[in-house]
Amino acid sequence: MKTYLLGKFWHPDHVYDALAKMREIGVKARDVFSPFPMHEIEPLLDIKRTRLTITAFIYGALGTLTAVTMISVIYGLIWPMNIGGKPTLPIPDYVPITFELTVLFAAHGTVLTFLIVSSYWPGKKAILMDDRQTDDVFVIAIDKDAMPAGSEADATRIMNEAGAYVVTEKQV
Amino acid sequence: MGHHVSPIRQQWVTNTDYYAQITEDISRPIEAKPNLRWIAAFALSFLVLMLFVGAVTWTIWEGIGTWGLNKTVGWAFDITNFVFWVGIGHAGTLISAVLLLFRQAWRNSINRATEAMTIFAVICAGMFPIIHMGRPWLGLWFLPLPNTRGSLWVNFNSPLLWDVFAISTYFSVSLVFWYLGMMPDFGSIRDRMKRQGMKIGSKIFALLAMGWDGSNRTWSRYELVSLVLAALATPLVLSVHSIVSMDFATSVIPGWHTTIFPPYFVAGAIFSGFGMVQTLLIVQRYVYKHENYITLDHMESIAKIVIATGSLVGLAYMTEFFIAWYSGSIWERYIFINRAFGPYWWAYWIMFSCNVITPQIFWFKKIRRNMVITFIISIFINIGMWFERFVIIVTSLHRDFLPSSWAMYTPSWVEASILAGSFGLFFTFYFLFAKFLPTINMFEVKTLLHHPKQPKHTFEVGEAN
Repeated sequence: MKTYLLGKFWHPDHVYDALAKMREIGVKARDVFSPFPMHEIEPLLDIKRTRLTITAFIYGALGTLTAVTMISVIYGLIWPMNIGGKPTLPIPDYVPITFELTVLFAAHGTVLTFLIVSSYWPGKKAILMDDRQTDDVFVIAIDKDAMPAGSEADATRIMNEAGAYVVTEKQV
Repeated sequence: MGHHVSPIRQQWVTNTDYYAQITEDISRPIEAKPNLRWIAAFALSFLVLMLFVGAVTWTIWEGIGTWGLNKTVGWAFDITNFVFWVGIGHAGTLISAVLLLFRQAWRNSINRATEAMTIFAVICAGMFPIIHMGRPWLGLWFLPLPNTRGSLWVNFNSPLLWDVFAISTYFSVSLVFWYLGMMPDFGSIRDRMKRQGMKIGSKIFALLAMGWDGSNRTWSRYELVSLVLAALATPLVLSVHSIVSMDFATSVIPGWHTTIFPPYFVAGAIFSGFGMVQTLLIVQRYVYKHENYITLDHMESIAKIVIATGSLVGLAYMTEFFIAWYSGSIWERYIFINRAFGPYWWAYWIMFSCNVITPQIFWFKKIRRNMVITFIISIFINIGMWFERFVIIVTSLHRDFLPSSWAMYTPSWVEASILAGSFGLFFTFYFLFAKFLPTINMFEVKTLLHHPKQPKHTFEVGEAN
């Protein structure tokens, strides 16, 4: 169980202002919960660019390799078919299936990895700071243990000034 | 104090001041009991679906002999329907993937419905190769699986096999893209239903939302995954119809054996897909009163794509004729003259007038913004694009190299029922989607709201600022 200081906002731009001001006094928010993505606040939350693009490339390469191996082994070794005397290892004919399997592996692999790293699975119970955070409320969540000593009053004041309609606490 | 202000973009959402209003407008049909109009529409689609089931059962029971095919015309309605439905299935991914890469904000309120359309159209399309095998239980033979039949393997040289890979990849990737796009909205509906005390509904959407909480750490990854999927789906969407066209283009039949086919088919697919998008969205914005989300500006942008792709298709028709003449091949010349002036001339001219001439009136702004005329044109496009595939397939086959084997093709009642029934299949799925899932992407539409107003519930807990 952790205690979070929550600032609840109704306007996304106010969240940006509050986060920027709080960083000046050394208060870093653990997370912001919002109904839609807010690209501008990512640097304020120290969110690093995800490495999912690298995994996408790896899955794609795996797909390419699978397709080339499959076709070469089946068509070149196990079951070479003579169709009008054409070569049994026709490289151009590899292209469509190789491309499709590359996309197939990359897409599904990336999405599965995303679900795993975000720890989402069917039936997982969502832990909500506010039951409207998926609708029209923007919540700044600050881990109270990670706040500099004595900064709570300042953080509360900054969030109120920036436009929070309520500042509260929640144990999660 | 000086606030951070988001940069202003073009207004794509009108008459909407609150984020919650967007959630409300999109979620209300899901929470409400189905009305009579929906039940009637669904029942009708289901009835037509039963026609499909009946005709397909009869085909499998009695054999492909129940169709009007003969030795000369061995492909006709089945493959026409297949290519028609795959074509329809191209607009959704184009809107969600290509327009995402091009940062077109107008895609935000129409991507959900068009992706749904894509998925259901691809399901319809996928039915036809399976049905026309005659023995669908042997469908597994399509896959390169280790087996005890010799061991017999698939032919990797065949575009029909490439098609199996292309269509199944396209279907599964589109499905995942669609589902991923709905996850945040499932979360919104879950919480909204819970607030209203709808326990069962909330539980179902909780299961679907997979614990979505709107954390910006997740949003950051989520956005990137969407971008990766879009980058993968963009070449995929082009590859699928290119490969479908290779089913014809890699053969030696005059009228099919042309290098123009891949781009020509892709343009046609996007054209037909957008035609169907117009048909469906005009009905949706009217029935669900979504005029604030699917504005006339949206419909105008779609109409512009229809002119562009329709003109590309027209250019392709004329290029085919020119090349047939320029090639000096008598077979090629004959088949194209026969197409336009032979026994199937009527099919050719239906195709030409619906696809090339009708969309040209979209050059007028007044027409682009007139939903009645747009709806009528969209129906013409749907008809015209079905006939395009019929013309390509049947007129190329019915008079081949040997005049003694020339034949005419007339569909049987079974084939006609399967065609009509496939619309039942499509609309049964579509009506279920329209009732039980969010038809507009709520979170993406919320990003388009410029100046949200302070909602009432925030006044109760805190002081207004």
